[in-house]
Amino acid sequence: MLSHIRTMWLVFLHLFRKKETIEYPEEKVDLHPRYRGRIVLTKDPDGGERCVGCYLCAVACPVDCIALQATEDEYGRRYPDFFRINFSRCIFCGFCEDACPTYAIQLIPDFEMAEYNRQNLVFEKEDLLIDSQGKYPGYNFYRVAGLEAGVKKKGEGVNEEAPVDVHSLLP
Amino acid sequence: MTTTQQIWIVIGVLFVLLNIAAGLIWVERRLLALWQDRLGPNRAGPLGILIVLADTLKLFFKEDWIPPFADKWIFVTAPAIVVGSVLLSFVIIPFAPGIVVADLNIGIIFFLAMSSLGVYSIVLGGWASNNKYALLGALRGASQMIAYEVFMGLSLMGVVMLTGSFNLGDIVMAQQHLWYVVTQPVGFIIFLIAGVAETHRLPFDIPEAESELIAGYHAEYSGMKFGMFFIGEYLGITLISAMIVTLFFGGWLGPSFLPPLAWFAIKLFFFIGLFILLRASLPRPRYDQLVSYGWKILLPLVLANVLITGAVALWLRGVRL
Amino acid sequence: MSTIYIDNKTYEVKQGKNLLEACLGLGIDVPYFCWHPALGSVGACRQCAVKVFKDENDTHGKLMMSCMENIKEGLRVSVADKTAQAFRSQVIEWLMTNHPHDCPVCDEGGSCHLQDMTVMTGHDYRRYHFKKRTYTNQYLGPFIHHEMNRCIQCYRCVRYYHDYAGGKDLNVFAAHNHVYFGREWDGVLQSPFSGNLAEVCPTGVFTDKTLREHYTRKWDLTTAPSVCQHCSVGCNTIAGERYEKVRCITNRFNSQINGYFLCDRGRFGYEFVNSANRITQPLVRHQAVEAVDEATLMGHMRKLLSGQTLIGIGSPRASVESNTALMQLVGRENFYQGISDNVGFIERRIVEVMQTGAVQPASLQDIQQSDAILVLGEDIWNTAPVMALSVRQSVLKTAAHQALEHNEGIPMWHDAAIHELVQHEKGFLANCTISASPLDEISTCVLRHAPDDLARLGFAIAHQLNGWLPRVLVDEDTLAYIIDIAVFLQQAKRPVIISGTSCYNEALIRAAFDIAVACKATGNEVRLAYVMPECNSMGLAMMQAPSFESAVLRTTREKNITAIVLENDLYRNVPALVADLFFNSVEHCIVLDSLNNPTTQQADILIPAATFAEGDGTLVNYEGRAQRFFQVFMPGHTTLRESWKWLLKMKAVRAGDTNNGVYHPEDVLAQAEQLLPQFAGISDSAPHHDFRINGQALPREPHRYSGRTAMLSNLAVSEPKPKQDDDSPFSFTMEGYPGMPPSPLIPFFWSPGWNSIQAVNKYQQEPGGALKNEQAGKLLFAYIPDAKPGYFKDIPEAFVVRNNKWLLFPQYHLFGSEELSAYAEGVRELSPEPYVALSANDAAQLGLGHGQTVTVKVFEQAYDLQVQIDSSLPNGLVLIPAGLQNMPVMNWNGYVSLIKGSGKP
Repeated sequence: MLSHIRTMWLVFLHLFRKKETIEYPEEKVDLHPRYRGRIVLTKDPDGGERCVGCYLCAVACPVDCIALQATEDEYGRRYPDFFRINFSRCIFCGFCEDACPTYAIQLIPDFEMAEYNRQNLVFEKEDLLIDSQGKYPGYNFYRVAGLEAGVKKKGEGVNEEAPVDVHSLLP
Repeated sequence: MTTTQQIWIVIGVLFVLLNIAAGLIWVERRLLALWQDRLGPNRAGPLGILIVLADTLKLFFKEDWIPPFADKWIFVTAPAIVVGSVLLSFVIIPFAPGIVVADLNIGIIFFLAMSSLGVYSIVLGGWASNNKYALLGALRGASQMIAYEVFMGLSLMGVVMLTGSFNLGDIVMAQQHLWYVVTQPVGFIIFLIAGVAETHRLPFDIPEAESELIAGYHAEYSGMKFGMFFIGEYLGITLISAMIVTLFFGGWLGPSFLPPLAWFAIKLFFFIGLFILLRASLPRPRYDQLVSYGWKILLPLVLANVLITGAVALWLRGVRL
Repeated sequence: MSTIYIDNKTYEVKQGKNLLEACLGLGIDVPYFCWHPALGSVGACRQCAVKVFKDENDTHGKLMMSCMENIKEGLRVSVADKTAQAFRSQVIEWLMTNHPHDCPVCDEGGSCHLQDMTVMTGHDYRRYHFKKRTYTNQYLGPFIHHEMNRCIQCYRCVRYYHDYAGGKDLNVFAAHNHVYFGREWDGVLQSPFSGNLAEVCPTGVFTDKTLREHYTRKWDLTTAPSVCQHCSVGCNTIAGERYEKVRCITNRFNSQINGYFLCDRGRFGYEFVNSANRITQPLVRHQAVEAVDEATLMGHMRKLLSGQTLIGIGSPRASVESNTALMQLVGRENFYQGISDNVGFIERRIVEVMQTGAVQPASLQDIQQSDAILVLGEDIWNTAPVMALSVRQSVLKTAAHQALEHNEGIPMWHDAAIHELVQHEKGFLANCTISASPLDEISTCVLRHAPDDLARLGFAIAHQLNGWLPRVLVDEDTLAYIIDIAVFLQQAKRPVIISGTSCYNEALIRAAFDIAVACKATGNEVRLAYVMPECNSMGLAMMQAPSFESAVLRTTREKNITAIVLENDLYRNVPALVADLFFNSVEHCIVLDSLNNPTTQQADILIPAATFAEGDGTLVNYEGRAQRFFQVFMPGHTTLRESWKWLLKMKAVRAGDTNNGVYHPEDVLAQAEQLLPQFAGISDSAPHHDFRINGQALPREPHRYSGRTAMLSNLAVSEPKPKQDDDSPFSFTMEGYPGMPPSPLIPFFWSPGWNSIQAVNKYQQEPGGALKNEQAGKLLFAYIPDAKPGYFKDIPEAFVVRNNKWLLFPQYHLFGSEELSAYAEGVRELSPEPYVALSANDAAQLGLGHGQTVTVKVFEQAYDLQVQIDSSLPNGLVLIPAGLQNMPVMNWNGYVSLIKGSGKP
């Protein structure tokens, strides 16, 4: 009984504490750089689209809100023909960023994306693509990958030997 | 008093009560927020008071849905019962000298009768919803009511014995020198506890317990029918607070620099605040704990209180005789 | 059965298997690369190492490759042994040192055997930080993409392409760690079975180029079990869809029919479904706005269908359901086959002899297991390619069995040893056709004759087998061959006779039957196969309706006839003159088809019909096996539906019945059974639409299917209700029974840890064996072991070369001769230009050289065609490619004249 009264008294004293609430639109929130907010598609250091349309973000997504279609340019470089995120379904879990093998898809510290119309929460590639490398500068997947996609020739990538001469008889 | 005056009093009491009940929406949210280190509703109107309006409008415009599996007429009637019975209880409250709707000489008995009627709304609402959670809520409500109704009445007997009257006006007047909270502390505490249980407010909101029964007996209700239960609850808080003030804290009595009505209001709001503080600070007991607490501890205690008060009263009268 | 001990547990396993197969069969996962159930073991990749112990006291043991270890009684092995595990993970680490960082852009990713095996062995972090080896790629044609960097040197590609399929242009080059798998130079892969490289290769060196055009991962495909539509073999396939486009066809293993491999026409011909030439909306011609909605269409239909005589033209490429629905709509006496009389006559004969039940039809498995094969007149390489692949396996296996008779120590699975042992020995195959075939090089006996002579040859063989049959006069050389063939067929335990319709010669059918019956009389288990022209030719022929010419005759005599043409381009089946006459004589013409063609141009009302991807249906293959193909996806156009649904609706409209009932495929098939008793049992060819496992439908999508809430959100942010399928046990979502479905209902092969097509191991009773509870369709021809059919004794006259007249025959081409696959871009690219093939002698007489132009006169119509000199062709015959787009129907098996020089400027 006494402990109940003590509890009530202590709770009552909270009347005079500093409040945790921030008066949001007037006062902005201080977000950590790795805050999982708005999803963007980034570009590599050479200005090309980083996304290679591997579908790993789509399959990692627990709410299945990512849909894309991979296609290829004349040099064999893969890129998404369309890339759609339905933010009205997104739970901002960041699995897509974890799954992305090319640092293309990134979650950035921005959450101000409310809309009056749900349809406006469906973002296409044009809405997602930003002209920046985002959190991971300096990485270009096609320089590290084995295949030739107009970025580098066979054997000119990172840690690659020159192509094998099939006709050579040298040991 | 003329009939016109009587009508004005009725209208005035009704108006003030319903406003208080609605205003409590805001008061409760603000207070709860403050006690939880938040700000609470502060956007609509000054200090967010227009949340009351917004909430009421919302309730009015919500889809008024009756589940196809429900017993339609009982389903519709149930929420009206709770508001009706609580409002009728206010009839006997003396707000200030002369401001009382009906100065009945069986005031307390009438109050107990009306508050017992309130349980019908819970039982019928839960029953008519034809939903297992609602029915469980209704069952809990009924057993809780039976348990606490008994000593709620008994806890007031000390006051009645000391005054020698069921009339609330007489009880207030009998406290001119000493509030009954001093002579009847056990009665006060037990009435407070029973009152919380009677209004099924936290921590005794067993019939609706969100975390166990979703929303208990009113799980299927929406729109203004839910609003009736909602208003009924706030009216209940006001009623119990008013009864506590009247029975134990001298009603409208107070130093003359303020009018009697103001004293009544100040005391009333203090107890309403206490109700909200209870909600903010105490956890909900288990259902069996609540019931066994009522029957095994409070009932013997209140019986002892009646016995001792009776003995002392007799003894005092005997000395005088 | 032998008892073996794996990790101290006792197992009973079959003898004659290797340890790897036994482990996989028992559900013990052992990683492997170079082994393949169809290719056997060579022990090259060292990935399947296990510890083998001498006896129970041996604690040390030694590492052995499980794929090279025979099952012996009391064998003690450990798969979980620490050393073995470490060895396996080191092997894969070595294999991975040069493997590029390509998975995100590799088409194999998500269905990759290398990924699966890497995960299985536990190698998860790269320690090799030196330079990676690279290769340049080659252009390998429109079907296969080459990315040589990804190679792990398992040699499966060469072993499949070169050894199994007999391709010559893919091999291994260079030495040591520079070995290169490819062609000598860039160019189209010559083997028509090259598509299987995509499935055989455990990594992404060879991938499906058509899939690359609209790439989708395996987990994102909506798939359904399907049956190939591009020849009469009826290979089982899996068709995958996304965004209402068919994305790829993969093999659906079935031990009775196609086994592990498909031909390129079947694998890559699917693109006709996505063709721009598709009919998607009903059209009512001769009005301002031709495209109409369903209500308007039915309004027109009501007028057209009542008060008219209806005749129906069936189709050899429409399902049994559609043909039955048409027969029901028009009445049995008004139903005609949509094929010419000369083909119809041959097909009728085939059905007749098969229905005697005297000889069992040969499934592809029977062909693979036979020990002597006679091909009489059919160019199976081009008309039934997977059958030709099976014939090749029979030849190789027979040779292996013969070689093993003297070397008992070598097990059958030991591919390398068998190879050494067999060298160039061959099993018996007599390939008697009009002209050269790639099968010749594995044939023991190659004969080139005109079809009539081939039939005489057949009758002569029959006479050799049974002296009571009439004697045929042949020349000395041929007689030697005939005796040879007869001896081999007589000695064989399981001979197979293959013939077919492509020579337009009915005597061949009789001759093949006579040989088979004569063989049966000598006591061996003989089987017979007749290759049919199209995927449901057998189903249509079994309906025993008159040919198209009878319909034409009737329309010229009767008035007020409305014709309903079902999924049939008549201009491909009969000469344009005949087809034109037909369309001019009928009052109205309703055409149902999926692609625009000359016939649909003639339609007054054109109704869009679903292809195999958008509808359900049943096909009867060459051996009379009824197999169901299941709808892969629900098309966006609601008017695009199966012909049989349209026809049933039309029937209701005609009867004035407004509430036409719901029919499921098996209901229509049940009606077919009632109408035509020869179809008895066809309604049970697949589980019914209400089949459920634990009350659950079977999901068409794997549980990892992605993008459900975003795929259509550009149209409306609220997801639509999933499409409902009332016609099959499948759902269009990933929800449903998660376990292994029964064999006719396998929409995809997947098992935990096995994402690649190799997961099929888990669905089989034993690796390489039949599927668990395999039901390979329903055989409609009952075998009657003691049937005593009469021999055919009517022998055709020998072919005589005529002066200035040449007998014209079709030359079928794997790419281009089949109607639907020709709409696929790659197939069109590989299909030949029109030409006329002449024997060297005839060309010399006419003074024509290779590549010159000659005018061929057919039906008073002249065609300028390039000359090809075919030295294998008998004199007096000419060949023109059959069924090419924009080529009219020729006077097959009729005489044409050649006029030299008019084509020159």
